[in-house]
Amino acid sequence: MPYLSMGQATNDAMRVAMRLDPTIIVMGLDIRWGGSFGQFRGLYDEFGERVIDMPISEELIVGAAAGAASRGLRTVVSMSFVEFSMGAMDELVNQAAKLRYMFGGQAKVPMVLRCADGTIRSAAAQHSESFEAIFAHVPGLKVVAPSNAYDAKGLLIAAIADDNPVIYLENKKIQPTKAEVPEGLYEVPLGKAAIRREGSDVTIVAYSIQAVNAAQAADELAKEGISAEVIDLRTIVPLDIDTVLKSVAKTKRAVVAHEAWTFGGFGAELAAQIQEALFSELNAPVMRVGARHSHIPFAPALERAIVPATEEIVAAARRAVALSGQTMQRAS
Amino acid sequence: MSQGAMKEAAQEGDRRLPSLDVLFGMHRRMVGIRQFEERVRTDYLARRMPGFTHSYVGEEAVAVGGCAALEPGDLITSTHRGHGHAIAKGVGFPAMMAELYGKLPGACAGRGGSMHIADFSLGMLGANGIVGGGFGLAAGAALAAQFLGNRDLTLCFFGDGAINKGQFHESINFTALRRLPVIFLCENNQFAQYTAIERTTAGALADRGTPFGVPGAEVDGNDVLAVYQAVRTAADRARRGEGPSLIIANTYRFYGHNVGEAVPYRSEADVAERRKRDPIPRYEAWLQAEGLIDAAGCAGVWEEVTREVDESVAFALAAADPDPATAMDDLYASTRAAWSTQ
Repeated sequence: MPYLSMGQATNDAMRVAMRLDPTIIVMGLDIRWGGSFGQFRGLYDEFGERVIDMPISEELIVGAAAGAASRGLRTVVSMSFVEFSMGAMDELVNQAAKLRYMFGGQAKVPMVLRCADGTIRSAAAQHSESFEAIFAHVPGLKVVAPSNAYDAKGLLIAAIADDNPVIYLENKKIQPTKAEVPEGLYEVPLGKAAIRREGSDVTIVAYSIQAVNAAQAADELAKEGISAEVIDLRTIVPLDIDTVLKSVAKTKRAVVAHEAWTFGGFGAELAAQIQEALFSELNAPVMRVGARHSHIPFAPALERAIVPATEEIVAAARRAVALSGQTMQRAS
Repeated sequence: MSQGAMKEAAQEGDRRLPSLDVLFGMHRRMVGIRQFEERVRTDYLARRMPGFTHSYVGEEAVAVGGCAALEPGDLITSTHRGHGHAIAKGVGFPAMMAELYGKLPGACAGRGGSMHIADFSLGMLGANGIVGGGFGLAAGAALAAQFLGNRDLTLCFFGDGAINKGQFHESINFTALRRLPVIFLCENNQFAQYTAIERTTAGALADRGTPFGVPGAEVDGNDVLAVYQAVRTAADRARRGEGPSLIIANTYRFYGHNVGEAVPYRSEADVAERRKRDPIPRYEAWLQAEGLIDAAGCAGVWEEVTREVDESVAFALAAADPDPATAMDDLYASTRAAWSTQ
């Protein structure tokens, strides 16, 4: 089985889908040259005019992709860095996400917006952020955030096959990580979380790069005798809350982790849903791990002071376990 | 007018006249828009109708002339002031009125209301509550037509306010670059919401296509035949694969931006002056001068159309409300590509 990076896996996904479906077109800046991360490399050679270099006109790119999708094409759009998609939020939020609903189900909008997010090598404030909570907040959009190459391919194919607008978030730092990726067509369904590791003391709910960090955190925690269950959401809309609640009902403790800001982040939604469903069963408050509420600074020393990694997840899990000890002591 | 006279008229200059069916159809649809909008205004002001609505009264010739120049498979995108475009593209009064009343048989099953009336089966890709919302959708629809190899062109209606949006420049650049079959038809009704065009807009509107190599034409938007001819010329160009055109149709909205507002930003005298150029009496005068219809014939159309509008209100009032249990339906499509393994 081929051993591919996430970038290679999504490139493979594009080829598989585009060979199956002549109505798929790709739109974005520098697409013919492979895209900013090589994720489109070689597609122009194979698919020619279906691979369209677009002007730097984010509103037009997303508006036209939605319009074309509503008229019978499947569009895959590259926004390059996720920050650039902010220039297209009018078209994304007010058109792509709403066309189907506000027209009473007459339209469908099969489009995928591929965006690279997260910090990497001091890219600073305008090339380092993670906006999944912004997208997840808007009804009508689906939001996907893979953590490994196998999922990256299967989720991208599933996203392209979906008849709704899907935001496909590709964390920059983990793009080179490799995994065995089957050849040909397979899909990882949107809305199904994966239990990466079973445990009994605390559930760590994460996605994208923090799912990778959560697995490392679980190794650390095991050394201290804390058994962590790791859930990789893979997609945050639709949200597989059942898998999360089943796990937390077992472990009685939860840590939610993402690289985006904690304040108003998707972790807050997870924490709220967990406590609404399981309040009386929890042994500790749901802990949140995310970036501090600041822009991402340039200097490496500052960047790490804002953005969390494995250590913060470990610390949050420890705290959940320690707090629940206190809770139990008070109760007894 | 006899066929001979029609032919003679057609040979006058380059004024290409549509068929008699189209000429009469345009009259009926202009009257239809007028009577529909007047009734909507009445019902809205009487607080019988929910939501907000923007009256198209005074601008009928633009929608009707534009849509009459299209082929059946062609598409339009519309604006927040979209009732006229929908009627001109063939959406029926009952579906429209039921939508305005928020009823189940409405064009969008009560999900959209005044600013979101759409009928994809008729090529009406939606009124749009976002100013400039149609630019990207029109470019995309035309891109799809180019890829799918059909001849459908997209007529993008927008207002003078929208011409200052980035989407206008972005989409005219892209559609010109790819020679996409789009017509950008600007309804210059002189006001962006409450603000006069002189206060917001530099230069001549028709010149805005020039830097992109897109021809610009300026027409009297209260002359339905002038609009028809301009759109026909642009449609021919689009179908020859020569790309988009820009048409500025100068017109005037007789009422305010939205129904029910106070209108302190223009004088009654201005409005009265503009009403003298009402597109419907003008067209009727032309039809009568050409001997195509007489005053009684015109009156008959008004009567019939008014009755149809009244019937649509009765239909809407009697129609069922949407079931609250369905409020979340149609947010997401449940379908997938045929090749999906799921």
